[in-house]
Amino acid sequence: MKSLRIPRSPKVIVGLIILGIFVVLTVIGPWIAPYDPNANTFIPNLTPSWEHWFGTTTLGQDVLSQLLVGCRVTMVVGFIAGLVATLISIAVGLAAGYMGGRTDEGLSLLANVFLAIPGLPLLIVINSYLPAGSQANPLVVGLVIALTGWAWGARVLRAQTMSLRDRDFVEASRIIGEKRWRIMWSEIGPNLLPIIAASLLFTILYAVGVYSTLAFLGLTNVSTWNWGTMMYWAQSNNAALANEWWWLAPPGVAIALVGTSLALINFGIDEFINPRLRAAGLSARQRRRVGLARRPRLGFTPVLRQSTVDPKKVS
Amino acid sequence: MASNSIDEKGNHGVTTLLRRLAIYLFTAWTTITVNFVLPRLMPGDPIQQLIGKLQGRVTPEMIAAIKAQFGQGLNQSMWTQYVHYLTQLLHGDLGVSITLSSPVSDVLSSQIWWTVGLIGVGAVVSFFIGTALGVFFGWTRGSRADVVIPAATFLQSVPYYFLGTILIMIFAATLHWFPLMGAYDPTLSPEWSWTYIASVLRYGELPLASIVLSSLAGWMLGMRNMMVTTMSEDFVLMAVAKGLSRRRVMWHAARNAVLPSVANLALTIGLLVSGSLLVEQIFNYPGVGNLLVNAVGNEDYPLLQGIFLLITFTVLGANFLADALYYVLDPRTRTAAVH
Repeated sequence: MKSLRIPRSPKVIVGLIILGIFVVLTVIGPWIAPYDPNANTFIPNLTPSWEHWFGTTTLGQDVLSQLLVGCRVTMVVGFIAGLVATLISIAVGLAAGYMGGRTDEGLSLLANVFLAIPGLPLLIVINSYLPAGSQANPLVVGLVIALTGWAWGARVLRAQTMSLRDRDFVEASRIIGEKRWRIMWSEIGPNLLPIIAASLLFTILYAVGVYSTLAFLGLTNVSTWNWGTMMYWAQSNNAALANEWWWLAPPGVAIALVGTSLALINFGIDEFINPRLRAAGLSARQRRRVGLARRPRLGFTPVLRQSTVDPKKVS
Repeated sequence: MASNSIDEKGNHGVTTLLRRLAIYLFTAWTTITVNFVLPRLMPGDPIQQLIGKLQGRVTPEMIAAIKAQFGQGLNQSMWTQYVHYLTQLLHGDLGVSITLSSPVSDVLSSQIWWTVGLIGVGAVVSFFIGTALGVFFGWTRGSRADVVIPAATFLQSVPYYFLGTILIMIFAATLHWFPLMGAYDPTLSPEWSWTYIASVLRYGELPLASIVLSSLAGWMLGMRNMMVTTMSEDFVLMAVAKGLSRRRVMWHAARNAVLPSVANLALTIGLLVSGSLLVEQIFNYPGVGNLLVNAVGNEDYPLLQGIFLLITFTVLGANFLADALYYVLDPRTRTAAVH
């Protein structure tokens, strides 16, 4: 797969590095946290210092420790919800797109219904009926989030499967007499990979955002540390009015960074799927190096591919 | 491509629109049914627990009303309960709010206009500004202006409640440019006077700005990508070859590139409404979002159910409007009927 250009774009590299840091923190965060996140024995409202890198809260707790401990729950819920939702959308999208007919009608209707119902209110309603023990359980919340977040991916995968269904190579394996699930799994499946990856990133992004939102609203267990509950406590102690930026900023910036990293990786996948976006992703210096005009011209979107000609000679 | 106007089942534009309407009606029915089924089938019997907690705190009539609404202790079959529930809904009866002690429909009709006003204006403003910016940055692709992409991506990833809180901290609490929270000057009473309306507008500025800022980037990035793709189409090259001015070419490309954004409008309305529920929480603004969070906190299930129905129906209606707009904007969906 020499055409796999994804890791080379600087956007993707930055995205992978940021995501990598947060994945590492997910694993080791609770171990390297300097203090107990619940300990309220420090002087309240300290600005950042060497003892407390991100300062302390009005309740006298260490902000950095809360951030590090909260990383794990936030990320794990995001990844579980993202994975489960993507698995559902692969199953629904492939089946609907490949089988067509009644199966497609039924599954598409189901996906359309889930797309049209606003996700967060549905989630809030389901969550409020859960027994108190389940509300506190991040796994249960993650699964409920997955239930509300699979439809978008299923729709995209269905459309792509339908466009692949009648291609010659699929037709060929049908004629050979391959089993239906084998055609779906090993003929169509690999061609859906970029879209599956994009859908996974999108869903993780959605799940991290929605879980933090629920936590911010105080609808999950407020004594389980995650980035949303940090914002919940900051909000309920009026941190904004007291200008305590060191308390507000870390969880918000952390969520935004995770989101940015996923979006940056997604850019790479987009450019992989749509080559016209690829040249647009180059910086002015790169354009010169590969021998493109400084300013892009109308009507000509250069498509970059491995060239046997030395670009320096061409320009 | 004339075949574009006919979908894979051979339906023409109007038929497609009617199919969408059918899907929305089906979704509305599903929502009602989910609302009926959830409290009855959830493990732990939440309604039973609620009634236990309410004993002695509210009037016996209130408990009887809740029991009737959720079919507790009536020994009716599920089907009878369901028919009863649907009949009530058809008469606009959403039950009685436990905490506010007044009919849910009255509570909602007094609060919904704050939400519709704020979120509606915010959505329209951010769609137009974001799309215009997207046209511009799509046009200047590959130049230094491309630095806005990572910046916009970051802005898009910032959680709404964080953005709102930071805006309050900087512009209201520290710089005192805007009022802190609320929807109007608390010393005024709601009436049709200029001072009151001016106060509502003044208090709406910062919440509105936060909504626009948070959803702007999405529209911009989507439109920019479509502009980049559209500008390499032959018809744009043709427009350049005819010697049209830059502005006319840009307008020509933009009109075609905006169609997916309009198609996406339907998909994003739900997201926008969900996210904007938070605006009321953060700015202490009246409206449906504030009611929803309070209803969850107080386990006010009748109010919670009513709000969920109201939000879903509004989103479905908005979705259908967006579909109809697409039908009007894309001439291919209309000319198809002639062929």
